[in-house]
Amino acid sequence: MTDLKPKDFASSLDVRWCPGCGDYAVLKSLHKILADTGAKLEDTLCVSGIGCSSRLPYYMATYGFHTIHGRAPAIASGAKLANPDLDVWVFTGDGDGLSIGGNHLLHALRRNLDMQIVLFNNQIYGLTKGQYSPTSQKGVRTPSSPGGTIEAPLNPARFAIGAGAKFIARSVDTQAKVLGPILEAAKAFEGTAFVEVLQNCVIFNDGVFDRLKDKKQGPDNTLLVEHGKPMVFGVNRDKGLRAKPGGFGLEVVTLEEGGLSEDDLLVHDESNHALAVALAELGENEGEPTVLGILFREAGVEFGAASRIGLPENKLSMEEKLSRLSATLRASETWDVGEDAA
Amino acid sequence: MQNGPEHSVSTHELPVSQQPEVDYVRVRFAGDSGDGIQMTGTRLAESAARFGNDIATFPDFPADIRAPSGTIYGVSAYSLNIGHSEVDTFGDETDALVALNPAALRKYLEGVKQNGLLIIDMDAFTERAISKAGFAGNPLEDGSLTNFRVLPLEITSNTEKALKETGLSAKDARRCKNMWTLGLVLWLFERSTADVEHWIEQKFHKKPDVAKANILALQAGHLYGEVSDLPPDVSRYRIQPAPLMEGEYRSINGNEGMAYGLYAGATLADLELFYGSYPITPASPLLHTVAKLKELGAISFQAEDEIAAVCAAIGASYAGHLGVTGSSGPGIALKTEAIGLAIMTELPLVIVNVQRGGPSTGLPTKTEQSDLFQAIWGRNGDAPLPVIAPAHPGECFDIGVEAAKLATRHMTPLMVLSDGYIANASAPWKLPDFSDPAYAPFPVTQVSNPEGFQPFCHDEETMARPWAVPGTPELMHRIGGLEKQAGSGNISYDGENHQLMTEIRARKLEAVANSIPLQHVESGKSTGKLALLGWGSSWGPIRVAARRAELDGKSVSHIHLRHLWPLPPNLEELLSGFDRVIIPEMNNGQLATVLRSQISTPVESVTSVKGRPFLVREIAQIIEDALGA
Repeated sequence: MTDLKPKDFASSLDVRWCPGCGDYAVLKSLHKILADTGAKLEDTLCVSGIGCSSRLPYYMATYGFHTIHGRAPAIASGAKLANPDLDVWVFTGDGDGLSIGGNHLLHALRRNLDMQIVLFNNQIYGLTKGQYSPTSQKGVRTPSSPGGTIEAPLNPARFAIGAGAKFIARSVDTQAKVLGPILEAAKAFEGTAFVEVLQNCVIFNDGVFDRLKDKKQGPDNTLLVEHGKPMVFGVNRDKGLRAKPGGFGLEVVTLEEGGLSEDDLLVHDESNHALAVALAELGENEGEPTVLGILFREAGVEFGAASRIGLPENKLSMEEKLSRLSATLRASETWDVGEDAA
Repeated sequence: MQNGPEHSVSTHELPVSQQPEVDYVRVRFAGDSGDGIQMTGTRLAESAARFGNDIATFPDFPADIRAPSGTIYGVSAYSLNIGHSEVDTFGDETDALVALNPAALRKYLEGVKQNGLLIIDMDAFTERAISKAGFAGNPLEDGSLTNFRVLPLEITSNTEKALKETGLSAKDARRCKNMWTLGLVLWLFERSTADVEHWIEQKFHKKPDVAKANILALQAGHLYGEVSDLPPDVSRYRIQPAPLMEGEYRSINGNEGMAYGLYAGATLADLELFYGSYPITPASPLLHTVAKLKELGAISFQAEDEIAAVCAAIGASYAGHLGVTGSSGPGIALKTEAIGLAIMTELPLVIVNVQRGGPSTGLPTKTEQSDLFQAIWGRNGDAPLPVIAPAHPGECFDIGVEAAKLATRHMTPLMVLSDGYIANASAPWKLPDFSDPAYAPFPVTQVSNPEGFQPFCHDEETMARPWAVPGTPELMHRIGGLEKQAGSGNISYDGENHQLMTEIRARKLEAVANSIPLQHVESGKSTGKLALLGWGSSWGPIRVAARRAELDGKSVSHIHLRHLWPLPPNLEELLSGFDRVIIPEMNNGQLATVLRSQISTPVESVTSVKGRPFLVREIAQIIEDALGA
């Protein structure tokens, strides 16, 4: 069979997101990495809930299930348990995944069934026309919060860590060079891979991530972590993270200042849980970079494999099943009635 | 046509009897919820069934796990009816009540018939326990029990005495008092203790001390009956075996039967069973039973909530298994949106609702059949699905098979309405013979040919759409909750198309109606003065009352609906052959309301929502009111 090209993963339907929506970029990255990794159309399943991002399966030439609000992880779990050979992707948003579907996301992450959950975080309800979402920044004025929101926003990566996720990554929608490898790593991970995509909504929350994406100031506001590499960032690569001396936590430092060099910086360790917590939180305060890349990755027990222990190795024939059922029914006390009965 | 096993072969055509204590005896064990009452009752039921009696049981336990001891609300009871004749109910009245404490006596005395037998553990009748139960004085001494035959025994101290040599602590020894009591009751029925001893040995094979103590207590109780001078008015019960249909039997309750039936159904459809569920009373044993079928290839999944449970089942169906979810009313309410998705995407799915008293949390451990409206109409949009209901525990297996058959044949979700009574009650059940044509396989075809494939193109006869499962090359397509273009399945907001798709979903139910059997008469003639029309677990009391009235020469027939939605096509014609049609049901008149919207034959409604099945005498009263004494 011939190798598929990225465009082969696109369905024939017109993509109907708003022009300029960040979702286009994610879709493009997805098509590319599926082609790059030799994915098969028939073995790829895209499941989504409700919201703008949840339209994604319609734009894929793979199998797709556009389900109901918040429930995609549960439906995807059932499909994956039924057919472990499928490569299952869940596409959700900040409202779908963290508000109405928060419970399912929590339990999917803790179970660690082999699938990818890509959460498009635009910090707003787009499809219902602009109400604040659980990740909206405090004080945002929306139709449902005319005086500004009073709720503390939820940090998706921190939520994922709390839920026990074993793979947590974050990217910006348009940075294909960051997002592509993350999606590839997520696909390869044996367990539930959680990918938060900071995604721009051009209509209701335009520019909310500009300070991260902007060519000039973006590098000063983001830190791309790589396993085994020192945590350096900034337009001039002159900033970094180190462990707070004599304290607990992380500290942003400027290199050369006070004679600091890269050797004084923390080296990223994907398997360090405490570090992942600290990295996930960064960016919530002024002066801190938002961390992108794979924040945490740790091999764990994959739920599907564990749940199959005890199942017959090969599919049983109908005759064999009925015979086992007959035996099971007779495992309880039975007795005979009739002329021949003892 | 291919209608699944139509009726479980059970005890249907045994004679019906009116002579208690000759043809049948109704016994009730009652005590604290920690007294092992359920186990005691189950053992007696098994023993009687093995002996060849027909039985019907009714476990009645509190919603609290361990309510404070000695309280009325902490009383747990197990009623059973042991018959030489056909028994379909646990009995209106009790012939013998075993009360292990004052609260048990107080709670269940009302149900004991005049001159009935009371076996009482005197040791439990302390002043404090008597007042905790709400008695003004000691009922054993104040003459309030003169209408009964009272057998006050020192059950607790007799048990302790019997176990003195075992070295067990007094507390542990007292825990065996249920076995002592069972031993005595077995003696009362002229039964040996051998079966129960065998069971104890198996149950406690890892704890030989416990096994030994229980067996000693059991034998001591039996011996007590043998050697003590019991009052002359305490006679033993001689209930001969019932002339059951030949075959191999076991006893089964509705939840077990349903779980096994769903597995058999999935198997006959040549599919794997996926059961997604969330714990809820009284449906949890379905999950427990399927979980034990792992070696048979069944997948069970305990989800994080009711919604995830049904969604996982839908996902499994989408991926090519038979997805099943089970719950009770409140859980079904949560699953509602997802059931709509299964209707919209036309995936096979079985939803089992083991109904309980509602609304809201309602009466979790009590039975009711008040989710009929919810089943038929409880979704947004025009969202039809078939609804079927078992009449008794022995029918649950075949209902499970039929559910799998209809859901896959027509590519539709389907709801089964069981209830708390059917789920927990047990009865002798003739084991299925899979070579019987009733269990002929109905293998499902999952499509693989891309030639002209259209995911939402429908079969004219069954109105099923092709089932193309992920993993199949060349058939990639997208489905979802949005309205679909007929044929291609692409999203469509077109009004004409929505009209067409709504009609297609309705026609799917018509296709089901054409494939189910015509409605038959359960007992009595096919025309006459009165038809009692029932569904679900009101089967037992209606059957007994109708057959007895018929023996008395009354023109009464019993019609029982297994297919509630769509209704059997001949129902209107059948009902029109009766002067009056009365529907007794355990809700506020739901089936009557449904029928009034569907057929022109007038129907009358008699309802009862008391947390228990109808009593035979209540149904007999309906007949008498309609036809005269």
